[in-house]
Amino acid sequence: MDVFLNLPVLVQVALKGLAVICVMFPIAGACSMAERKVSAWIQSRPGPNRTILPVFRWVPVVGPFLQKLGAFQLAADGLKFLFKEEIVPGQVNRLYFILAPVIAMIPALSTVTFVPFGASIDHAGRVFPLMLANVDVGLLAVFAVASLGIYSIILAGWASNSKYPFLGAMRASAQLVSYELSLTLSVLPVFLWINAPGTAGTMSLAKAVEFQSQAGFWGGAWFIITMPVSALVFIIALFAETNRQPFDMPESESDLVGGFHTEYGAFKWALFFVAEYSNMIVGSGVFVLLFLGGWNPIPWVSLATLAGWLGIAGHPVLVGAISILIFIGKILAMLFFFMWVRWTVPRFRYDQVMEIGWKKLLPLAIANLVVYAIGIALIQK
Amino acid sequence: MAHLLFLVFSVFSAVCAAGIVLSRNSVNAAMFLLLSLLGIAGLFVSLDAFLLAFLLLLVYAGAVVALFVFIVMLLDTGGGTSPARSLVAKLAGLVALALIAAGLGSFALRGRLAAPGAAGIPAVGASLKAYAYQLFTLYLLPVEIVGFLLLITMIGVIVLSRKEEGNP
Amino acid sequence: MAVVPLQRKPLTFAERTYLPQIAAGLWTTLRHLVKPAETLQYPEQRPAIPPGYRGAPTLVRDPNGREKCVSCQLCEFVCPPKAIRISPGAVPEGSGRDHVEKGPLAFDIDMLRCIYCGLCEEVCPEEAIFLQNQYSMSGVTRAEMVNHKDKLLEMGGTLPDRHFKWDRKKAAEEAGGAHH
Ligand code: SF4
Ligand code: SF4
Repeated sequence: MDVFLNLPVLVQVALKGLAVICVMFPIAGACSMAERKVSAWIQSRPGPNRTILPVFRWVPVVGPFLQKLGAFQLAADGLKFLFKEEIVPGQVNRLYFILAPVIAMIPALSTVTFVPFGASIDHAGRVFPLMLANVDVGLLAVFAVASLGIYSIILAGWASNSKYPFLGAMRASAQLVSYELSLTLSVLPVFLWINAPGTAGTMSLAKAVEFQSQAGFWGGAWFIITMPVSALVFIIALFAETNRQPFDMPESESDLVGGFHTEYGAFKWALFFVAEYSNMIVGSGVFVLLFLGGWNPIPWVSLATLAGWLGIAGHPVLVGAISILIFIGKILAMLFFFMWVRWTVPRFRYDQVMEIGWKKLLPLAIANLVVYAIGIALIQK
Repeated sequence: MAHLLFLVFSVFSAVCAAGIVLSRNSVNAAMFLLLSLLGIAGLFVSLDAFLLAFLLLLVYAGAVVALFVFIVMLLDTGGGTSPARSLVAKLAGLVALALIAAGLGSFALRGRLAAPGAAGIPAVGASLKAYAYQLFTLYLLPVEIVGFLLLITMIGVIVLSRKEEGNP
Repeated sequence: MAVVPLQRKPLTFAERTYLPQIAAGLWTTLRHLVKPAETLQYPEQRPAIPPGYRGAPTLVRDPNGREKCVSCQLCEFVCPPKAIRISPGAVPEGSGRDHVEKGPLAFDIDMLRCIYCGLCEEVCPEEAIFLQNQYSMSGVTRAEMVNHKDKLLEMGGTLPDRHFKWDRKKAAEEAGGAHH
């Protein structure tokens, strides 16, 4: 750790960036594989289970297992994207056409830096979060940078110079702007509760977790228990923000071919894909931190308690590893939930999306905010 | 380091701002606006005002410019020649230019901004709490006025965009 | 046409939130998720072909191992896409089929044209052509996709006589009923 901190700032930044890329790309790839597997299982079929590297064919148990799991399919897909011909259709605006997937990567990869992915306990018994950029405004930063993602979709749709991508981009931008409101409003009660009078104001995600790991009945309850409506609005808006079914208007295959990425292929298309999955990952991460207790194993049992039970309270590295595992496990569960919903719920019609967003979700979020604001004011006085 | 960053970000924003005015294609102009905003956000970050930086991103870059681009795309005003300007417009432009030049010149020649020392400025942009406190105490009236203005705009848009009965 | 007005109940509040329905749907998909797959792993596992399946048309032999086709060319005539081409010829001496006048010298079915309609099987007076259970045909040239006589006979094999048409006829003749 000290070796790292002694490096020049620029080297540190570069290393962190590299780490993000090296982690996010494979995870996004694995998500795409998981998506295919989950969809297959839900539809009572085995899913991709054929591809195998010849070397692994002779590994007794592991080889067939990985083959059944489609692990090599993932590698094959990735390689295919790398080696496919990069086609740029003739009628597009080249600059923006190529820029759009690159822009998609910016929020996708940089929001991760604001998300604490674990915590550890130092020798003094204090819990400190593990994250790449510890800024006070945590959640705001995630929202702000994530809101830039809309440009990649708009530019992709506009630069493609063709009808379906354009329609997809139109829908996407309207949808993203509409649901951003509910998303932001739904988390306000959480921060109203956290920022009790007399404490230093914060929007930090780590603080939110800290609040869910206190002792006592109300201290240890996760926010999904104390604020179920907030959690509901947040998760619905999250589905819309990440363009996932049932809100995948921008790319609804049945009426828009592929939506904003219709004209894309090969690696540029893969970048959109990675961006979508990393947005999902970050979104799930934020949801887990805010409403599902972050790295606390189960409600009313905090990480520190667990470390005490396991007798590893004195080992920061061990505790950190366990907290990261718990957190990643929760994120995986969330991702599974995303996929599960995707293969269950049919797509909404576009006007329904708008109606849900403006006429149902937004009033609900506002009412929720008002109720909780009054309640919190009465409790915290 | 800080000076270097300041220089980089400010030059970047200024160049992009020039790009907004000079570019013929309105999508290019909107993109320059976005870049310029990003530069300004960078300036805020280098001043440790994370909150302002992210609010700028969230509100302007994330929503306002997105709407600009949205509308530009809907209207499909792809470049083309700008319409011929009338004499009055040209004169007005000249006057505006002269005013800007005079203003900049006066700064350059005899500018001695009586700026309070950096320590004298309350760092309300840096801390979330201080910022919110100021917003709802000292600056409450402007906030309310701006909010009211937005409300009026919203009502206006709704009224204007409503179709007349029986004459769709 | 009678108009039947349908009484649709207005949706209840719970239904309008979609949430109970979504939860029920999630439960359904979850059950499917843990169910074993219902698909076949094709090249290794093959589906059971039910009797009466209309696969590729084939020529069959009678239980004595003789070709049944008498080259009447009815099937060639009836075949809608003209997939069958027959060159009739004399039956060679001592082939065990001396009682018939003609037999096919060549019998080609172009599987790129065949539409598996089964009309050939239906029209054949000799019960010599049957659509059996081959469903997987492949080839890299057009010529490969034409089944010649040898191949057709090989694919067809010997089918037990289903209708005993000739046996019955013979029995009838022997009984003296000169019906035909
Ligand atoms: S099945 Fe139909 S199309 Fe095929 S050969 Fe027989 S008659 Fe012709
Ligand atoms: S297969 Fe049947 S219908 Fe066709 S030529 Fe032979 S006997 Fe006649």
